[in-house]
Amino acid sequence: MLDQEQGYVTADGRQIGGTVMDMRNITLRFGGVTAIKDISFDIREGEIRAIIGPNGAGKSSMLNVISGFYVPQEGQVYFRGEKRAPMRPYEVARQGIARTFQNIALFEGMSVLDNVMTGRLTQMKAGILSQALWRGKAEKEEVENREICEKVIDFLEIQHIRKTPVARLPYGLKKRVELARALASEPKLLLLDEPMAGMNVEEKEDMSRFILDVNDEFGTTIALIEHDMGVVMDLSDRVVVMDYGRKIGDGTPEEVRNNQEVIDAYLGVSHD
Amino acid sequence: MFYREAGDFKTSYQDDNQTFPIKFDRYRYYFMLFVAFAIIPFMINDYWVNAVFLPFLIYAIAAIGLNILTGYCGQVSLGTGGFMAVGAYAVYKLMTMFPEVSVLIHIVLAGVITAGVGVLFGLPSLRIKGFYLAVATLAAQFFLVWLFNRVPWFYNYSASGQISAPERTFLGEPITGPATEAWAAYLVCLVFVTLSAIVARNLTRGSLGRKWMAIRDMDIAAEIIGVNPLGAKLSAFAISSFFVGLSGALFFAVYLGAVEVGEVFGINKSFLVLFMIIIGGLGSIFGSFAGAAFLVLLPVFLKNVLVGGLGWPTDLAAHLEFMIVGGLIIVFLIAEPHGLAQLWRVTKEKLRLWPFPH
Ligand SMILES: Nc1ncnc2c1ncn2[C@@H]1O[C@H](COP(=O)(O)OP(=O)(O)OP(=O)(O)O)[C@@H](O)[C@H]1O
Ligand SMILES: [Mg+2]
Repeated sequence: MLDQEQGYVTADGRQIGGTVMDMRNITLRFGGVTAIKDISFDIREGEIRAIIGPNGAGKSSMLNVISGFYVPQEGQVYFRGEKRAPMRPYEVARQGIARTFQNIALFEGMSVLDNVMTGRLTQMKAGILSQALWRGKAEKEEVENREICEKVIDFLEIQHIRKTPVARLPYGLKKRVELARALASEPKLLLLDEPMAGMNVEEKEDMSRFILDVNDEFGTTIALIEHDMGVVMDLSDRVVVMDYGRKIGDGTPEEVRNNQEVIDAYLGVSHD
Repeated sequence: MFYREAGDFKTSYQDDNQTFPIKFDRYRYYFMLFVAFAIIPFMINDYWVNAVFLPFLIYAIAAIGLNILTGYCGQVSLGTGGFMAVGAYAVYKLMTMFPEVSVLIHIVLAGVITAGVGVLFGLPSLRIKGFYLAVATLAAQFFLVWLFNRVPWFYNYSASGQISAPERTFLGEPITGPATEAWAAYLVCLVFVTLSAIVARNLTRGSLGRKWMAIRDMDIAAEIIGVNPLGAKLSAFAISSFFVGLSGALFFAVYLGAVEVGEVFGINKSFLVLFMIIIGGLGSIFGSFAGAAFLVLLPVFLKNVLVGGLGWPTDLAAHLEFMIVGGLIIVFLIAEPHGLAQLWRVTKEKLRLWPFPH
């Protein structure tokens, strides 16, 4: 089914492109704990890739490797065909990789709009003098980037809380603002760590819709971690299944669902 | 009634980005500037200038500086006094080395030199945070005072070990030295404080300010959106120290005229400016003014009312001042970390919607 160059066509008829992110034989240890054991998988242009697995399986650790927080002891990361040297998270961000966190990581002292605007920081290049005088480039790029952020804000339907301090928002909206901040950077690859954790059914439906729309409208490649199997089956094109740091399954939701090892390790548990 | 946002619609993002988006605020700001520049200079005498206006204006610059570092970027510093000393000694050396250059340029250069020193002492902030960083800046405070005391080159080998500002003029009018008129000193400080506030406001509302606040609120998340912590922290140290250096230069050259470093720029100064931004409001330019005004006016007020009016002994009034300031610090830290500025904002927000809060 997978052609390295041509990609593939999804069940709902979307054309998926070549490999964007290629993780090869990644091993990550914390002292005696091996969080990731020799895992390889790829993420392809335009697809929604899910990573699932029981608690402590190493899913978040995997995202942290991609975004540069953890440096794996073994293995290589290839981004857009090039081997990536170990780099700091801010350098990863500048390559066009944005993410959200399992535990929301917003700037609590700032308004929603300012939080979203921080997503544009890598694109804002005005010199210090221009900023100090608020003339020329600084003023111009503030307005240009504001327009992009307002589009994201409209898209995620958070116009009404634009000027609200983030600290005052309920949990579900915070998750949405965090997504807005990530989207504002117009990422090539978007990593979402449990975007629906702790949400009620309605909020989950909204979030699922947003994720699909982002993928659909902007063609953004998305890798997400999620526990809710229904959501995973609905959203994702391909799924990686992890258990105790190992990869025990990889394929379409259909394939993964019928994989005996996956059923034993993960689905079996949750369907008890 | 006229304090209204309703009916004052913004039709562009430029309008929405204004410092004073509400008309009434904007007019009040212009009015304040008018009073400060065109009326006060004609009304003040030596007492008011030396007891109130000069310290208020100069501390406001220092508070703006510290607020950028601590209030906006979240890096606590106890080295403000030491950095003010850098500004003072820098301007002194420049004035005596290049007497033909305008002292106004020297004051700005003193800020630039202090910015460099600030970056140097800011380097540990990449490794250490919070309490430990505060201790490191405290070390800077003591080191700098010691340095200026010990190396005679800094005070041009004067017998007293003090530095004193030679007379320098601007447009023929002395602005440093004993012959300076009160209004001239006031205007010099007013120009510097106005420009400082505008620049600080611009820097904090743009991309640099968002980088600082991102580092302050959550440094891990700041990194994930592409903020280089090194760049963000060091730029905060540089710009903060620039303003603090400016204030130190003015404090010495325009306000006191002669300085003994340990006495004027000791650890007390560091705490005083820190208290100003805590009481005034962390992360607020307006709060820097409010805090400076409060802590400059409080002793003047207590002295006039308690000592002058009620005949209390001076030391009793001084003790009362300590107790009031101490109490207020605790109250603000616990109940209102955003200080007077936040109280003001909340009042305005209520006013804005009054009489229909929903
Ligand atoms: N910084 C760290 N230091 C030490 N151990 C860590 C660290 N981060 C993760 N681990 C360990 O690595 C393993 C995998 O953790 P990880 O957070 O990646 O799991 P997860 O699959 O995301 O789980 P969950 O579903 O609970 O979020 C766990 O055993 C965890 O304790
Ligand atoms: Mg996790």
